[in-house]
Amino acid sequence: MKLLSRKVTCNTHGQDSSYFLGWQEYENNPFDEVRNSNGIIQMGLAENQLSFDILESWLAMNPDAAGFKRDGNSIFRELALFQDYHGLPAFKKALVEFMAEIRGNKVIFDPSRLVLTAGSTSANETLMFCLAEAGEAFLLPTPYYPGFDRDLKWRTGVEIVPIHCTSSNGFRITASALEEAYQEAHKRNLRVKGVLVTNPSNPLGTTLSLSELNLLIDFITAKDIHLISDEIYSGTVFSSPGFVSVMEVLNGYENTEVWNRVHIVYSLSKDLGLPGFRIGAIYSNDEMVVAAATKMSSFGLVSSQTQYLLSALLSDKKFTKKYLFENQERLKQRQKMLVMGLQKAGISCLKSNAALFCWVDMRHLLHSNTFESEMELWKRIVYDVRLNISPGSSCHCTEPGWFRVCFANMSESTLNLAMQRLKNFVVDSTTNNGNKRSLHHYYSPKKSKKKSLITKWVFRLSSRDRDRESSDER
Amino acid sequence: MAIEIEQQPSAVGLSKVAASETHGEDSPYFAGWKAYDEDPYDEHSNPSGVVQMGLAENQVSFDLLEDYLEKNSEASSWGSKEEVSSFRENALFQDYHGLQSFRKAMASFMEKIRGGRAKFDPERVVLTAGATAANELLTFILADPGDALLVPTPYYPGFDRDLRWRTGVKIVPIHCDSSNDFQITPKALEAAYNAAEAKNIKVRGVLITNPSNPLGATIQRAVLEEILDFVTRKNIHLVSDEIYSGSVFSSSEFISIAEVLAAQNYKKAERVHIVYSLSKDLGLPGFRVGTIYSYNDKVVTTARRMSSFTLISSQTQHLLAAMLSDKKFTENYIKTNRERLRKRYEMIIEGLRSAGIECLKGNAGLFCWMNLSPLLEKATREGELALWNSILHEVKLNISPGSSCHCSEPGWFRVCFANMSEQTLEVALKRIHNFMEQQRELKEMMIT
Repeated sequence: MKLLSRKVTCNTHGQDSSYFLGWQEYENNPFDEVRNSNGIIQMGLAENQLSFDILESWLAMNPDAAGFKRDGNSIFRELALFQDYHGLPAFKKALVEFMAEIRGNKVIFDPSRLVLTAGSTSANETLMFCLAEAGEAFLLPTPYYPGFDRDLKWRTGVEIVPIHCTSSNGFRITASALEEAYQEAHKRNLRVKGVLVTNPSNPLGTTLSLSELNLLIDFITAKDIHLISDEIYSGTVFSSPGFVSVMEVLNGYENTEVWNRVHIVYSLSKDLGLPGFRIGAIYSNDEMVVAAATKMSSFGLVSSQTQYLLSALLSDKKFTKKYLFENQERLKQRQKMLVMGLQKAGISCLKSNAALFCWVDMRHLLHSNTFESEMELWKRIVYDVRLNISPGSSCHCTEPGWFRVCFANMSESTLNLAMQRLKNFVVDSTTNNGNKRSLHHYYSPKKSKKKSLITKWVFRLSSRDRDRESSDER
Repeated sequence: MAIEIEQQPSAVGLSKVAASETHGEDSPYFAGWKAYDEDPYDEHSNPSGVVQMGLAENQVSFDLLEDYLEKNSEASSWGSKEEVSSFRENALFQDYHGLQSFRKAMASFMEKIRGGRAKFDPERVVLTAGATAANELLTFILADPGDALLVPTPYYPGFDRDLRWRTGVKIVPIHCDSSNDFQITPKALEAAYNAAEAKNIKVRGVLITNPSNPLGATIQRAVLEEILDFVTRKNIHLVSDEIYSGSVFSSSEFISIAEVLAAQNYKKAERVHIVYSLSKDLGLPGFRVGTIYSYNDKVVTTARRMSSFTLISSQTQHLLAAMLSDKKFTENYIKTNRERLRKRYEMIIEGLRSAGIECLKGNAGLFCWMNLSPLLEKATREGELALWNSILHEVKLNISPGSSCHCSEPGWFRVCFANMSEQTLEVALKRIHNFMEQQRELKEMMIT
């Protein structure tokens, strides 16, 4: 048989993890308000479905944008031929202005420093190729988006070393955690090239504080390394303390060494709810990074058809203002609904002010303070409660019992139903001690049997003809 | 050829990949682009400017596409006001399997191009943002850093970047020459393989482009069979980049590797992978539509996962699913496009012949492979570049020198003909005619 590369046989794409079980179950039994009201509700998908109507009405009023027309004239040929990796100038201009608007215009971005990529998935990987060699490392605060294991490591050979954050201080990044991570990398003989943070955070749903940002800048200055700030949720900040971009903190640092080592990743997948259109971007103050990333973007350019549509959309300042405001309001209401619903079930979550999910504390529902127990709880929630939520262990959280629960990818009534189910489950388990009962349905309390059943599920998953892990769930 | 100059990165500099020059953009070949950008020909506003003949774009059939769009506006929108909900579904669709309707349409389009002589299973179609991405992705999957792919010369200059830059994989050339019309021979295949072995480099596969860029010719069936035998014996892969398959002037002349496999009952299929794209055949390079078709399940699965880094915009998939599912449109397009390209080709060949220039006999593509070796002062790469420079600056035509395509014989040039109007092509041919006249006069003067 022909041999394939090591990249094929390794598991760094991450898709064989038992975590994808939840997805499998959802696919087999998806909730539908009308046709399958007992099905599994998808709460593991960080999609923003709350503001499509605003987009749709804009589209209806501006048919030229999708119709390859400018001022009524066809520009089809021009667009069809446009494959310049510098990107459509009108689009880059509109995009940087949109990014500035999101930051309250406290930061000005230069379109010539923006590189377009097919989604932030591509942007993050490209930055790794530009900033690190295979075998070098980036430090990431935990918990982090599971997709990073693939995006940052798979084809690049770069390693991730976690910066451990805990609930003791709301999962904030501390100086000691940074230093510990750095030393850990050193122990593993890994040269650290930088830190990558997501701000607002996935899965926490919180924005980085000013002190955390300053801490990071100090740290990368001292260690002479890079900082990547993945700000793809920046447009979803709905309440105080508000969003502070790392670029804002750097105002006044122009032409210092550290200024060149900070890079932003952006995308329209979360803020505008357009993950299918593959619109991502890298912003860097370092000319060489911009130059290299621009050439690399050849491997993942944004369709010119889509660039044009978005340039028209984002150039409409009336629209962007309305959209940002309205979208944030709706997210705020939805988050409130989720938080209150959880409270009624006696469940609390980390106080959040952004993104499309909450970081939920279910430690009190665990048998023991272990990840095995977290998995047990998770399986019960998937099978009994019929909610697909994301277990903290999949996000590399160091504390068992935390789960990410999405709220912006379903209707209000579905969210209410989900909260009702959760409440019933909690009431059930605490009053009737239904724990043992539910467990019994699926596996015996004996540890070894549990293990073999988990393995069985994993193999069943990997041997399926078609992958069910369809979406790039964030 | 791009030379790798490793700059010493600072303590916190960029990666070797970022600092290397394997992207190839600093080669002298790009000077042509610069000259064009600074002084582009325009029929009315700049009739003495540089004519761009180095860009393999297909601009001869846009009217057919525009006509389709006009009659089928729902392809580029999401229905009337009542149906606008299809927008959200489309906007949310980021499944790396790709839109099923689009994969089906792609598979059937590929079948049509091959006159129905090969069948394609939509489940084996993996979508990528362009063939550039497809080629790189396949390289990541089929080879490890330090390994090599064998590629026949002359080849598309972009391969130096696409196959090598971020992958760390090497290209070892399979030398072809004009003695047999640049066809690939078993001897050349063996020689390339042995050359790699001698350097302790592990060969993982052969990558061919069929129809060939820059030759503008299809590979013969017998040669395809020989290549398939070779890769089977060596237990390596075969990638067939067929992005120009729809631009073969006569349908019967193109044999896809898919047909060879079918004739052998798909016995050796697991090692074969086809790359396709709509950039050349449909003239839509801006839309970034590429595909990998693999007969190997593991490659399909892995490629699909890796395509996360390079997905096609769902908006574009939606448009093209509609367009390529329209049988009337695709049949008419393929036929008409082919015909127009053939006419263009005949026009340029005739024009060059009457100027005393011979080309390789071609039957496909958007360019011809022109032989100017009689004009070389010295039969060397420098001689070729000197000639290229005069053509660029005196004749004001940007054509691609064979050395940029790693051709081992100096004096050959790739000349594109489908990215301009007929009038512009006439102008270019006239200039070449005059240039050749001058060259003859010069020679005569030197003799007397």
